[in-house]
Amino acid sequence: MNRKADKPATAMPFDPGRRSFLAGTAATAGVALAPGIFLYSVGASRSAEARALDEAASSEVRWGMLIDVNRCDSGCNDCVSACVTENGLQGHGRPATDPQWIRKIDLRDPNTGREQSLPVMCQHCDEPPCVDVCPTGASFKRADGIVLVNKHTCIGCRYCISACPYKARSFVHETLEDQKSYAPRGKGTVESCTLCVHRIDDDRQPACVEACSDTGGGAMLFGDLNNPDSEIARRVAQYASQQIRADLGLNPAVRYRNL
Amino acid sequence: MKRTIYSEIDGKSGRFYLLAAVLAALTLSGFVAALYMEHYGHYITGMNNQIVWGLPHVFAIFLIVAASGALNVASIGTVFGKRIYKPLGRFSGLLALALLLGGLTVLVLDLGRPDRLIVAMTTYNFTSIFAWNIYLYVGFIGVVAVYLWMQMERRMNRYARAAGMLAFLWRLVLTTGTGSIFGFLVAREAYDSAIMAPLFIAMSFSFGLAIYVLVLLAACHGSGREIGDAVLRRLGRLLGVFVAVVLYFTAVQHLTNLYAAEHLGVERFILLDGGIFTVLFWGVQVTVGGLLPLLLLFRSPPVNSVVSARGLVIACLAIVAGGFAQVYVIVIGGQAWPLNLFPDREVSSSFYDGVISNYSPSLPELGLGLGGVALTGLIVLFGIRILRFLPTTLADSAIDPNFVSSADKS
Repeated sequence: MNRKADKPATAMPFDPGRRSFLAGTAATAGVALAPGIFLYSVGASRSAEARALDEAASSEVRWGMLIDVNRCDSGCNDCVSACVTENGLQGHGRPATDPQWIRKIDLRDPNTGREQSLPVMCQHCDEPPCVDVCPTGASFKRADGIVLVNKHTCIGCRYCISACPYKARSFVHETLEDQKSYAPRGKGTVESCTLCVHRIDDDRQPACVEACSDTGGGAMLFGDLNNPDSEIARRVAQYASQQIRADLGLNPAVRYRNL
Repeated sequence: MKRTIYSEIDGKSGRFYLLAAVLAALTLSGFVAALYMEHYGHYITGMNNQIVWGLPHVFAIFLIVAASGALNVASIGTVFGKRIYKPLGRFSGLLALALLLGGLTVLVLDLGRPDRLIVAMTTYNFTSIFAWNIYLYVGFIGVVAVYLWMQMERRMNRYARAAGMLAFLWRLVLTTGTGSIFGFLVAREAYDSAIMAPLFIAMSFSFGLAIYVLVLLAACHGSGREIGDAVLRRLGRLLGVFVAVVLYFTAVQHLTNLYAAEHLGVERFILLDGGIFTVLFWGVQVTVGGLLPLLLLFRSPPVNSVVSARGLVIACLAIVAGGFAQVYVIVIGGQAWPLNLFPDREVSSSFYDGVISNYSPSLPELGLGLGGVALTGLIVLFGIRILRFLPTTLADSAIDPNFVSSADKS
């Protein structure tokens, strides 16, 4: 085939049917789509209440947690209950889709039979995979190391849930009611433990840590890992502690003793 | 060999309007399904906090992967200079665009907040392969549109090769991006592998060409256009090679994982005792989607053209079924296997730690996925109705440069 032969013919007759076909199609599409657009505007969920980021966050601080597994009782769920109450996470009785920001995991060593129990939540990684994969930057790490989700720019793609090695994130599957003003959530967005950032900014401890100290085994210690004079920094310097899946090199801010 | 003449399809028959109405109804039901899911929330679907990507993603990824593969026919004609493929190029570009738009629509409508698409289009995190894919997908639409223009506008024909080369390279990068969505998930044992990118490229070659052949045959049959044996034989053989390449990469993917003791669990799950996933893997993906097409496509070429076309159609349908199963096993099976937080311990919790997750697709998810397929069909139908994508004939005498008529032979 030569170049000339490849050229399209110009002798095709004008097709009057095309114009009427296009007009008809456009009208049909308009009629079909208009109710959908209207319904969508009715059905769209309300946005979560906006909340300004605290300007006091400083990179000189790294908030973290040290959890002594020996002091964590298998039957105790106080940290989980405190989190649910504090952040308004009441579920709908559907465990597969109800969110969990913190959960108790029971461990058993199959070789020795030793059993342990420990709380697992967002580990607030130094190199968080959820932040790396988020297409819009809604997953972000605050200067003080707290990993959060911006509820205004999360599009609900769930890539961060797939990327998190700790299964720490939940997708909001249902319409929300009675939200806490300090812990805004959003249907169709992803969420996880905020380390009770609203409390931290108010110079208080996370709810789980407070509950563990008040009614639990006192297994959880919260503080600034960067401050050598803090209790948590002294303890991690003095005693052996470990991070979950340390092999991944993410440097989580949550550490465990006696694991 | 004659000069290629393209024309719109007539589009006045009852059959045309019936097909258009069915596709439009399915597309509309897809939108309604999406609206239903967004209104009530994703809890009404089969998806949950363990399986966060469900059937809509299987449809979306299948269509997007096939989109880049459907463009190969055009690339072979303009970039690699195979003349017999040149008349097929325009339709290849149209189908690629339609598949991508169908897939993207499903993907976007399954977002938790599809109304925030504008956020995804304006706020980027460049460490995210998802964000790169937004550029790659939108860019693909632009590049293919220009490529089509260069092919269809006589004065621009001389630039078709350059545009074709850009489109070919773009589609390779695009499928690398799609495969890397999974390849970059370091904590998921079923993914986390560089092979996901070339595997997805191989899959795109195979699925895209199979769909191309099916849609081309349907379009030619429906509009009464002849299609010759020579072109079908070539497409069939090429398809056979692509199917073999997919099987090769699949074998390497699993053999590599099997070699690492830490991944034995997930491999055992997919290959041996994973229930539906094992059945889909061996039964549909490997046997129906791999071995059967190889048998059909590489047996000695039949003389009778009717038999030839029928075998090719069965092979293409088998490849589509096997390909869909493959994407299902990768997407759903890979998520069903639990994350391993404590590699040397047995674990249990109220949040499904250490448990193989169940997934039952719901009707709205199926509706949304099928809506994407129907939208693809609608775009193709609309395209060939209003523009000259299809040659008036694909008979051997018209498009095969090596054609020798029986009169000349004697």
